[in-house]
Amino acid sequence: MEYKLAFKDYNEALKRNKLLGLKCQECGVITVPPKMACRKCASLDMAVVELTGKGKIQTFTTCNVTSEGREDELPYVILLVELEESAWIMGNLTGTDPTTASMELIGQKVRMVEGKVFSGDRYSAGEGTSPVFRLEA
Amino acid sequence: MRKVAVVGVGETKFSAAQEKTSVELFAEAAMEAITGSNLKPENVQALFLGNVLGDFSEGQGMVQAFAAENIGCRNIPANRYEGACASASMAVRDAFMWVASGFYDIVLAGGVERAAIMGTALATRTFAMFSDSRYEFPSGITFPALFAMLAHLYAARYGIPIDKLKEQMATVSVQSYHYGLFNPKAHLRKEVDVEAVLKSFMVSTPLQLHDCCPFSDGAAALILASEGAAKKLTNRPVYITGVGQSSSGPLANQQDYLPRLRAREISSQQAYDMAGVKPKDIDVCELHDCFSIASLIAAEGLGFFEYGKAGEAWMKGEAAIGGKVAINPSGGLKSKGHPIGATGAGQVYEITKQLRGEVEPERQVDGARIGLADTLGGDGGTLVNIILQRGW
Repeated sequence: MEYKLAFKDYNEALKRNKLLGLKCQECGVITVPPKMACRKCASLDMAVVELTGKGKIQTFTTCNVTSEGREDELPYVILLVELEESAWIMGNLTGTDPTTASMELIGQKVRMVEGKVFSGDRYSAGEGTSPVFRLEA
Repeated sequence: MRKVAVVGVGETKFSAAQEKTSVELFAEAAMEAITGSNLKPENVQALFLGNVLGDFSEGQGMVQAFAAENIGCRNIPANRYEGACASASMAVRDAFMWVASGFYDIVLAGGVERAAIMGTALATRTFAMFSDSRYEFPSGITFPALFAMLAHLYAARYGIPIDKLKEQMATVSVQSYHYGLFNPKAHLRKEVDVEAVLKSFMVSTPLQLHDCCPFSDGAAALILASEGAAKKLTNRPVYITGVGQSSSGPLANQQDYLPRLRAREISSQQAYDMAGVKPKDIDVCELHDCFSIASLIAAEGLGFFEYGKAGEAWMKGEAAIGGKVAINPSGGLKSKGHPIGATGAGQVYEITKQLRGEVEPERQVDGARIGLADTLGGDGGTLVNIILQRGW
């Protein structure tokens, strides 16, 4: 059975700043990142949709330590964002000084502004892309 | 199903980077378990071994086959388990099921890891492999970062000011360091106070160095035997009366439950139901404190304290020896250490020793009859619980 939205296609879209997801044709829930089965009801009947990229910060952290080969990115903020479409997604925050990130971020509205490419390392089987969010004005 | 007992246990010291190979470390723990069970290697019918990163730490895959042969258990079936930090507990649970089913009478289960030898940068990279590599690693997720996000989410969900939560988390670390001071096998043996925790290096906000467990080298091993075999080997069998295991997807997709980890609630309920006991019946618990916040989340998920209240419980001494439930009298992952493929077997080692009354008096839970091991793999991707009870 063919995978409806494979990593490669999701990633290519995100590199073009388009966030794709899957909408369940049975329960209506959005699954992102893509899976074979709906994250809620396990239905296989899902359709590819473009998401707004708008949402609210649920939690965050400022990283001061990272993996081998990614030290130049420090410090950076990782987020879990609840998208308007109700699905949560992991991403990064831009436009805010990581050293000042505080609990006040939680609940704030954000919008995805770009997909940032991680070019990959020897273990990662190629590149991957992180959705990058900015606080709404 | 037949009753299954732990009849003998073995464990190396958990430590910083050291020079023994994985096979050597496991061999030392395994022979302690085998000889302590009044057995010889030829009596062992199968090996169930947790090992996560041997491929990266010393370029050794399939370590279980070499380990079996090395200790004289020639040509037995040998299986390796990989469920991140819960690997050895998966191995113990499977070993339990094979003996319970009647297929084997005497098996060896355990784990080994050389996490420290990799150094912080490679260890951080390989530990990040237990998050979703395609969809979450591009954001720069690390093991501390994901628990750091759970800490902020915990503070927000339960309305706890972050400074207050940090003091509660520091208290968790202080307690673990204190017990570890009396455990000769612990990796980090020092007295650390709340002030020192709060002054330590900020790893990933709000988690500081003393909120985080170390990368450790070490091994642990157990002999499991059927009730009939166990009665011939020991007059103090410790029975495995309940087991549970569950899985979850990537962190963001656990959104309906976070900061709770649903896999733990399912796994521990399976173990409680099977054993016919409740959280209040547990005398001693070794739970997965890879980070201080992880202890609070675990203690609540296991049913010891109300959601959002575990930090207060630690502050009041309810998680200490003499409190409501004695949590991590070994020093936990924080002080005893975290050789990830061995950690779960190390927890069962500790519970067995506690139930037998064989640990140092400063950290012995007097009269303990029922113990619980709780092991978390990754960000909740693998969860295993094991309940042990005195058989005499």
